[in-house]
Amino acid sequence: MSSALIDLVWQSTLETLYMVAVAGILSALIGVPLGVLLYVTRPRQILAQPIVNTILGIVTNVGRSVPFIILLVAIIPFTRMIVGSSIGTNAAAVPLTIAAIPFVARLVEGALNEVSPGLVEAAQSMGATPMQIIMKVLLPEARGGIINGLTITIVALVSYSAMAGAVGGGGLGDLGIRYGYNRFNPTVMLITVVVLVVMVQVFQSLGDYLVRKSDHK
Amino acid sequence: MISLDNVSKTYGSGPGAVQALKDIDLQVPKGTIHGVIGLSGAGKSTLIRCVNLLERPTAGRVSIDGQELTVMDAAALRQARHQCGMIFQHFNLLTNRTVYDNVALPLELMGQSRQTIRERVTPLLEMTGLADKTTQYPAQLSGGQKQRVAIARALASRPKVLLCDEATSALDPQTTASILTLLQEINQQLGLTILLITHEMEVVKTICHRVGLISDGRLVEDADVGDFFTAPGTQLGREFLNDFLKLEAPQALIERLEPEAGTNTHPVVRLTFSGDSVATPLISKLAREHGIDVSILQAKVESIQGRTLGLMIAELMGSPTQTRQALATLESFDLHVEVMGHVQRTD
Repeated sequence: MSSALIDLVWQSTLETLYMVAVAGILSALIGVPLGVLLYVTRPRQILAQPIVNTILGIVTNVGRSVPFIILLVAIIPFTRMIVGSSIGTNAAAVPLTIAAIPFVARLVEGALNEVSPGLVEAAQSMGATPMQIIMKVLLPEARGGIINGLTITIVALVSYSAMAGAVGGGGLGDLGIRYGYNRFNPTVMLITVVVLVVMVQVFQSLGDYLVRKSDHK
Repeated sequence: MISLDNVSKTYGSGPGAVQALKDIDLQVPKGTIHGVIGLSGAGKSTLIRCVNLLERPTAGRVSIDGQELTVMDAAALRQARHQCGMIFQHFNLLTNRTVYDNVALPLELMGQSRQTIRERVTPLLEMTGLADKTTQYPAQLSGGQKQRVAIARALASRPKVLLCDEATSALDPQTTASILTLLQEINQQLGLTILLITHEMEVVKTICHRVGLISDGRLVEDADVGDFFTAPGTQLGREFLNDFLKLEAPQALIERLEPEAGTNTHPVVRLTFSGDSVATPLISKLAREHGIDVSILQAKVESIQGRTLGLMIAELMGSPTQTRQALATLESFDLHVEVMGHVQRTD
């Protein structure tokens, strides 16, 4: 393997990690609160707002039903507005984030749904405000489920980031397609796949470890 | 201390509406332990949740310590809830908090300093026998220990009232006894008013001063525990009592029972003695004064809140005139006589 190829793989790995990290962090920052909102505005929940809940639900579902490759090109004007360009690694991070937000939100909502309603009732009996219930009961009790959801999101982002090549975002997937597939170089293809497999393994193991560490159920 | 006036609760509306509570009037004086007993679905759980407004009554007033909760806004209600601790059947401890942090939770919610929290939590953990468990998580504890944590947590805000929602129903008899002892100590040492709901007569018998019986959303009895156990005022009350005392007539006898007296039958009576009548040598008196024989089929003596309760199922063997007179004599005493039926004489 030539040193040029090694450089290329290394560069692509960093690009993938960069896109996954940016999209992962931003989608968690927005998706977790959105997931909390989806949960607490449900009927009979602590901040029941059926109309808000329905609207949020529809928006989330729309976000999740658009195929990523279509989303990638469809929001190009928005991407240009945010990062000033519609091509490159930063430009790819925008649609990745947008795609991951509803994904995170639904996973967080699901994790909160696993918290026993009795705990919320107990907190209410102690005079907790809705915000205190979210911060001191719902989020800490759903911590394991939320970390698990974020792990699933990160792994999904690694896979989605392979499509970033469509907007010149680079990354391992792009490398595999351009060098491995278009130039009939099976070695490159194999290397990118192996690096991706290792990456996913590491993220999953790390996530599992954090879940074990943080959950005392 | 706790006052419910005409409290009703209806779920839903229109033809599908379910009336869970109907015109409940309940007064719990300061320092008493008041039990409410009833079958599943009778409305017990709704009743206790209406006291701290976890369920908002559709009508009526709820007051704690003279403050009317039903007119408060959300913020005032949260303040009032600090006066009112609650424990639950399934403990409802936060699984990701240690024992110490669970007990500290209500104080954190009130915005107390770490220093104050430590000063309050430590003695509570000692009182509830958890001093060596502070850093453990609920999953590492037994059911009884979990309920002790829940009790310590409920007391952390120094409430005047403790609500217990089937607090011992998920525990074995021995653990139940230790939790009841703890509740009794809390009642005596802190002067805490306790309202508890349960389906176990044992709980009522062991620690309650007064007991209410709820049936189909209505409070059908409300009496001193001694009175309730010696002379329940309703059929349901008697069923609870008989079930608790397990004083049932032998099956063979039940099969022979006829509702009406015949020319050749003996009455079978269930006698409930209490207070002074326990000491009366009743059976020999009947035999002597009315010339009848008394065949005792079942008998039991219980001690409830310092009062003695005797139960007996007996066949009065004599002529119709003799047994009628004997029944009249029985009824002149301070005891409850129930004619269960009549059996054909076999002698």
